[in-house]
Amino acid sequence: MLKTARTYLQSLFLFELFKGLRVTGAYFFKRKFTVQYPEEKTPLSLRFRGLHALRRYPNGEERCIACKLCEATCPALAITIESEPRADGSRRTTRYEIDLFKCIYCGFCEESCPVDSIVETGICEYHFEERGGSIMTKDKLLAVGERYEAQIAAARAADAPYR
Amino acid sequence: MIELWNALPLVVRILLKVIVIVLPLLGLVAYYTLAERKVIGYMQVRIGPNRVGWRGLLQPIADAVKLMMKEIVVPTRADKTLFLIAPLISIVPAIAAWAVFPFDATLVVADIHAGLLYILALSSLGVYGIIIAGWASNSRYAMLGAMRSAAQLIAYEIAMGFALAGVLVAAGSLNLGDIVRAQSGSVLTWFWLPLLPFFGVYLIAGVAETNRAPFDVAEGESELVAGFHVEYSGMGFAVFFLAEYANMILVSALTVVLFMGGWLSPLPQSWVQGVFPLDDGFQWLLLKTFFFMFLFLWLRATFPRYRYDQIMRLGWKVFIPITIVWILVVAVGVVANLPPWWSA
Repeated sequence: MLKTARTYLQSLFLFELFKGLRVTGAYFFKRKFTVQYPEEKTPLSLRFRGLHALRRYPNGEERCIACKLCEATCPALAITIESEPRADGSRRTTRYEIDLFKCIYCGFCEESCPVDSIVETGICEYHFEERGGSIMTKDKLLAVGERYEAQIAAARAADAPYR
Repeated sequence: MIELWNALPLVVRILLKVIVIVLPLLGLVAYYTLAERKVIGYMQVRIGPNRVGWRGLLQPIADAVKLMMKEIVVPTRADKTLFLIAPLISIVPAIAAWAVFPFDATLVVADIHAGLLYILALSSLGVYGIIIAGWASNSRYAMLGAMRSAAQLIAYEIAMGFALAGVLVAAGSLNLGDIVRAQSGSVLTWFWLPLLPFFGVYLIAGVAETNRAPFDVAEGESELVAGFHVEYSGMGFAVFFLAEYANMILVSALTVVLFMGGWLSPLPQSWVQGVFPLDDGFQWLLLKTFFFMFLFLWLRATFPRYRYDQIMRLGWKVFIPITIVWILVVAVGVVANLPPWWSA
């Protein structure tokens, strides 16, 4: 009886609602979490899986040996590889393409690669400007690798003890 | 100066008065939308728009330009005339109501006797815009939103009407200026204290009347997309938007006039006589109105939407009994000359 009366009075005088207002009122003055994106950025994990790259050895030889493990493991079937023996007799890819629209950035290609050739870099700000731009050809992948080799190598070296 | 003013033709004088009120009002509406995004952002621990202009101050202008550039799409099989008229029907009352609004002891465009009645009539008229918009767009979502809105407005109009009748009993006048004058004294003689239930009912009914959260089932973003104005784009949508915000400002300003002593200073007259910012005047009206406008945003940032049946229950089974009972109490108080409010 007393409890009923109390609930009744509490709801009549909007007790809970004022409590709610107090909460939002307090948050009004709290420090804001907003990160001003293009100027400020949040830290990125060393294991971030962004744009792909094909790496080269320090002597300039491309790492990829066309084993096609990445193509086989790719769950989204985003990787297409064709290969032929090169003039010196070693097996190399003649075509290595990743369709970024199909790719789900799972990182399996990187994990499956026996020579650490295909990697996913920390680059997450990129776009395509024309139809077909989503297909990363071998040249484009190698170019990314060359351009960001220092960053890629540093991230792998720092993360190596935990792998 | 006065002679020059009187020499102007009547139409020009009226037009000038209208412009002097409507332009700042629309400016206020524009910046109210920015304030809403900022305030709600702050309450959600974000900072809101800050890219257009200094701290986002040009955001409303960017929004307005965007909406003006957009194409107005009239849905197939919609009633084109009604579809285009509906936004106007909803904004005209929201602006016309300001005609009788007392900005100051002397500053009022039309000092008519039945000001409160005029405002009550106009605020009920706004619902036609919503119903017509919902019906004319020939869309199920819009129709449902309009029906909900109509039912909600009718339910709350009654409670609101009773609350206003209570103010009328307490003040003994329908003229808004006289209602404010009847509250003169200090913060304790304003009507919010003796008419506390009406104050609460009017405020909540005002939120419901303007279809604002937590009473926004008419829009019901998660259920009806946007309710009665789903089919509107470009300026048609913008006008509905303006009407909603103009109505919010109107309800805030009316709450101030009816319950919070309008332009009166909260301090006793003997203390502040002639001291500029503290003395009675427009600045107090503005300050108090801003507080209630802020309250609207605060409510939206805090409460989840009422269920439809809860809205109806609140309107019919809580507000109407409360107001009816309190009207009797106020009437007795007035007859008994209860001090300090009604001492003869």
